[in-house]
Amino acid sequence: MTSQASTALPLDVPSIRADFAILGRTIRDGKRLVYLDSGATSQRPRQVLDAERAFLETSNAAVHRGAHQLAEEATDAYEHARERIATFVGVRSDEVIFVKNATEGINLIAYAMSNAATAGPDAERFRIGPGDEIVVTEMEHHANLVPWQQVAQRTGATLRWFGVTDDGRLDLSNIDELINDRTKVVAFTHLSNVLGTVNPPARLVTRAREVGALTVLDACQSVPHAPVDLAALGVDFAVFSGHKMLGPSGVGVLYGRRELLAAMPPFLTGGSMIEMVWMARSTFAPPPQRFEAGVPMTSQAVALGAAVDYLTEIGMARIAEHEHRLTEATLRGLAEIPAVQVFGPTPTGSTGTSDRGGVVSFTVDGIHAHDVGQVLDSLGVAVRVGHHCAWPLHQRLGVPATVRATFSLYNDVDDVAQLLDGVREAQRFFGTV
Amino acid sequence: MRLDQMYQEIILDHYKNPHGRGLREPFEAEVHHVNPTCGDEVTLRVHLRGSGTQARVEDVSYDGQGCSISQAATSVLTDLVVGRSVAQAFGTLDSFVELMQGRGQVEPDEDVLEDAVAFAGVAKYPARVKCALLGWMAFKDAVARVGADGGRTNTELERS
Repeated sequence: MTSQASTALPLDVPSIRADFAILGRTIRDGKRLVYLDSGATSQRPRQVLDAERAFLETSNAAVHRGAHQLAEEATDAYEHARERIATFVGVRSDEVIFVKNATEGINLIAYAMSNAATAGPDAERFRIGPGDEIVVTEMEHHANLVPWQQVAQRTGATLRWFGVTDDGRLDLSNIDELINDRTKVVAFTHLSNVLGTVNPPARLVTRAREVGALTVLDACQSVPHAPVDLAALGVDFAVFSGHKMLGPSGVGVLYGRRELLAAMPPFLTGGSMIEMVWMARSTFAPPPQRFEAGVPMTSQAVALGAAVDYLTEIGMARIAEHEHRLTEATLRGLAEIPAVQVFGPTPTGSTGTSDRGGVVSFTVDGIHAHDVGQVLDSLGVAVRVGHHCAWPLHQRLGVPATVRATFSLYNDVDDVAQLLDGVREAQRFFGTV
Repeated sequence: MRLDQMYQEIILDHYKNPHGRGLREPFEAEVHHVNPTCGDEVTLRVHLRGSGTQARVEDVSYDGQGCSISQAATSVLTDLVVGRSVAQAFGTLDSFVELMQGRGQVEPDEDVLEDAVAFAGVAKYPARVKCALLGWMAFKDAVARVGADGGRTNTELERS
């Protein structure tokens, strides 16, 4: 790793790192922190922290209720954040629903579908029951698998899934059989949180539309790392989390196409989401309010708006290119170390690894992932170890656990070098090579 | 941080040359425990002679996969409980749990814990404590299923 390689990176990492105070700390007896776990949660720049604090110190109030000045300002800040986040992913602001996290977003759709059976004729499109099918993939995060297992269990529908090929891509060879007239929903990840594989939404969306099935995109690992236009992708629903995109925890986004949200029954009910309430019954507000029951997370949404501003200013295309270079460097470096197995798409000819995001999972022969992670931690390198909430995928890969490095805009080639050195150190320590 | 504080030579020895590994007959109970955060798992059988807490642990056999800490701790377990009464084995287990949950503040008694004192360094790393306890909790559960645990409750099992 030379300084020449460093200067060739699209982003000015030192100036970016200056915005992230946490990256300046040391860990484990003075080691420089190498944070390669942004796929689990990203760090937050000063601008995001400042935005949250500024909101709380000037305008904090419960939104969408009250007529005092603070309530007005808070509501404006909350809705302004919604507008910027919507623009960031190419959709209308009334198609953006704030949820606690992506997991809640998927559960919201899943429960709305369960509730559709008793929600009147408007909800017909969402009804699901015996004979209907739900299609997921073998590479899903548990968040986009378990809720669908539960829908199947509650409603009598059947859960089916796409397999994963040996090179870590979706096996779409049986797409026309798997997505058929019985299919009600197709839920899939945009970018695998283990393999780094970028899936082709167009292919799945086209087939789903042919049979009238709804599509749900898990965009948790794509939206923070590359330009994503959800409207252009044509998916019906999508989710992503704030804390993986330099924003706060406790806020995520559910996107839904306008006409679908207008017809979809609510999941959580109570304050804020109503139109009229009588003692025996209620009617509901239009979206997005219908899906935001109770006083929402406000400072978090405002801060997520600031995170989107931060990402936009740096430029998502440049961020994607930057992380792509780091991913390539990591794949090259790991390939040079004996007895290391990397999972997911590998470079293929001139196309490189364009269908792969900034996620690199691997195992080291003879050393359990936990133990590799412990050695890395002792050297200041923070990675994720385990099954990364994708246990069935690990069963498919035939390994109980992997080591996962994930990149963000604040990583550089020194981080990659330290990771690679750490892997060699683990081999030396455990005497495997 | 010094890696050899956690990975003491004793631990690495047990990891590379595990004692008592493999599933054997006869047995009165077999349990399967997993660590849901990492996917490590162990299948463990106990063979007891006699009844109640005075029953003698004739054999503990196991199979599974996991990190060096979980594998070595299960290997050490077999050394410390086989050939002893359930009451003695549970006394050792209590000491081991106390050591592992002590955040590095508990001074281990080498007369009781023998090779298991090597895990004192692991106790400083909360994320790895569950690894060390995986096989031990499986043993506790298996004995309870035989009904020789002297009335320890499932709640207690879950808490530890």
